[in-house]
Amino acid sequence: MPALWIRNARVIDPASRRDSVGDLFALDGKMVARLSAADRGRARKIDARGLVASPGLVDIHVHFREPGQTHKETIATGSRAAAAGGFTTVVCMPNTTPPADNAGTIQFILDAVRRDAVVKVLPTGCITIGMKGDTLAPIGSLKRAGVVAITDDGDCVQSNELMRRAIEYAKMFDLPVMDHCQDQSMTEGAVMNEGDMSIRLGLRGWPNAAEDVIVSRNVILSAYTGAHIHMQHISSALSVEIVRRAKADGVRVTAEATPHHIALTDAALATYDTNFKMNPPLRTEADRRAIIAGLRDGTLDCIATDHAPHTDYEKDKEFDFAPNGILGLETALAVVLDVLVRRNRFRLPHALDLMTRRPADILGLPAGTLEVGAAADICLFDPDEAWTYNAKAGQSKSSNSPWSGRELVGRVKTTIVDGRVVYPLAAS
Amino acid sequence: MTWTRRHLITIEELSLREIEQIHSTASAFKKILGRNVKKVPALRGKTIVNLFLEPSTRTRLAFDMAAKRLSADVIAFDASSSSTQKGETLRDTAENIQALNADMIVIRHAAAGSPLYLSKILDIPVINAGDGAHEHPTQGLLDTFTMKEHLGSLKGRKVAILGDILFSRVARSNIHALTKMGAAVTLVGPSTLVPHGFTTLGAQVSHDLKSALADADVVMLLRIQHERQGHRHFPSLGEYTSMFGLNKTRASWLNPHAIIMHPGPINRGVEIDSELADGERSVILEQVTNGIAVRMAVLYLCAGYQPENVIASTQ
Repeated sequence: MPALWIRNARVIDPASRRDSVGDLFALDGKMVARLSAADRGRARKIDARGLVASPGLVDIHVHFREPGQTHKETIATGSRAAAAGGFTTVVCMPNTTPPADNAGTIQFILDAVRRDAVVKVLPTGCITIGMKGDTLAPIGSLKRAGVVAITDDGDCVQSNELMRRAIEYAKMFDLPVMDHCQDQSMTEGAVMNEGDMSIRLGLRGWPNAAEDVIVSRNVILSAYTGAHIHMQHISSALSVEIVRRAKADGVRVTAEATPHHIALTDAALATYDTNFKMNPPLRTEADRRAIIAGLRDGTLDCIATDHAPHTDYEKDKEFDFAPNGILGLETALAVVLDVLVRRNRFRLPHALDLMTRRPADILGLPAGTLEVGAAADICLFDPDEAWTYNAKAGQSKSSNSPWSGRELVGRVKTTIVDGRVVYPLAAS
Repeated sequence: MTWTRRHLITIEELSLREIEQIHSTASAFKKILGRNVKKVPALRGKTIVNLFLEPSTRTRLAFDMAAKRLSADVIAFDASSSSTQKGETLRDTAENIQALNADMIVIRHAAAGSPLYLSKILDIPVINAGDGAHEHPTQGLLDTFTMKEHLGSLKGRKVAILGDILFSRVARSNIHALTKMGAAVTLVGPSTLVPHGFTTLGAQVSHDLKSALADADVVMLLRIQHERQGHRHFPSLGEYTSMFGLNKTRASWLNPHAIIMHPGPINRGVEIDSELADGERSVILEQVTNGIAVRMAVLYLCAGYQPENVIASTQ
């Protein structure tokens, strides 16, 4: 395999605390300290002057819709969207059709990944059969088939007893359990945050308390069993505080936040634009600030996009009837740079840590660092380049993004997986 | 005064001047309703489609009547007969109606925000006849019109709205209209149906019936929609009536010349004693009659809107 020589980049590798201008070398898909003179001669050289070179970004929460919903996204298009956003490792959710609740479906996904993916796509399996919350899925077989975690994302296991058994059982395989925290009895028919905006708009509200109750439940069950629970897309200020206290007590919980929950609030819903409809919903400014504070002090472990493609015709509906979810992969880095670095004065290595080493660590993935010996997964971006995002021209098969048509600052220039450039791809 | 709105989607977006313009236009039309020949040729040759995707009696009849009084052709189109039952999207349904050369759409829909959504798709005027729990602007306009007929200016008047506020589009439209007109609005009912968040709309929130009704000039009752709230928001209709139903004793707390209003349909014996609903302070049927005049005004004004904004935006 050819060698790679990235020259004059500002290399930021949070895992090894490196932040210096210099060169990066890769050989046979791995990071190396230097190249021989012969390899240097043959190496593909990339002039990265003015660019940041960070580990390829890691997203532990995406929906690639394959199998069964390939009109929205496929592993081919989703992985290209990931590459365009600087992501080199993504973890896809199992709420496909059929749900990924058995080894056969995982095998199907892995076959598609091998055939079609341009970045590393890792599957998760369901906690319960059909994500119905009644019966445990064959978690051991899922693990053997190659899942990196289990989750019923999109749904939440409502039975405390079943959740307790799921985490206890998964712990035997050292398999993390990720939970979409939502008490469904409190959110029947809900389509947005419950609060002043839902009162004004006459839409059914989804109260913070419905998340807080399940986050608390998970803290209690994790403390009781010693099993790891990862809380997906935290949206409520009190949930941040509950996780903060749990971590102080040494409970094995982790948590993620999405770019949209740190950038937007439910004020954006004033025109009933369904590109601001997702689950959990956008909440208030106080919640948004609490999530940013949680990312700052480490209560929240990482950024995850919850990239959730839906077609135009599915989203172009009455607000009540449109599906939940927005795209995230192609805008995440720019949004994080804007919200965390520019507006909230996070240092750039800190923000990148939340998108590289830390999400990889949550699931124990061999990703998120540029250390010698690591996979040569690299993201080169210009932190200052302004560009206008056009979702329709993006790599995803869908275009349901609240940022479409907006000017963003910070642009991915090159994405490299195992030493090969996967974005931009040469025209074939 | 020119009318510059193509659509009527909410009262929240109307100015006081626009509300007054609708009211004065409605006054003029109301005179016609008392004549032998109750028809004017104002909208002759225009076709209005009543797109009612949620059941309605009063509002639908009133819009129908209003359009006919203006000599428009009216086509009714309801959920059961439409292709929405076959999975057609609202966009497709609406674009088809426009392609059939309709001049105006009146829409009633269970989903909040759908009239706004339609107004962005269509070139023809869209009139909101009630969208979910969001707004019911013609109801708020006819209610305030009726109040003005009895009380004159609403400035400084005390209006109590009693019942299921949370799920009520009528309450929201009235809150917006009344606060713009200078009235003091108190919302009253069980805490589960009258959440504190309504204060952000400029109303007072109370769970004490006596203080809320004391010296009120108007009490507006809203239907208790037990089928929507299930059994979660209050224990039973019986308990609701015992705590918040309007009866003679409670009505005596009101200002002596206060009026009693209800947008209908009434649950007799639940939110209001039957006797009070039919009593001399009740203006419930006047509301219905005024509903025709107000809707004539809205259809007339929006059909003949002067798009000053279009001129401004092309400069």
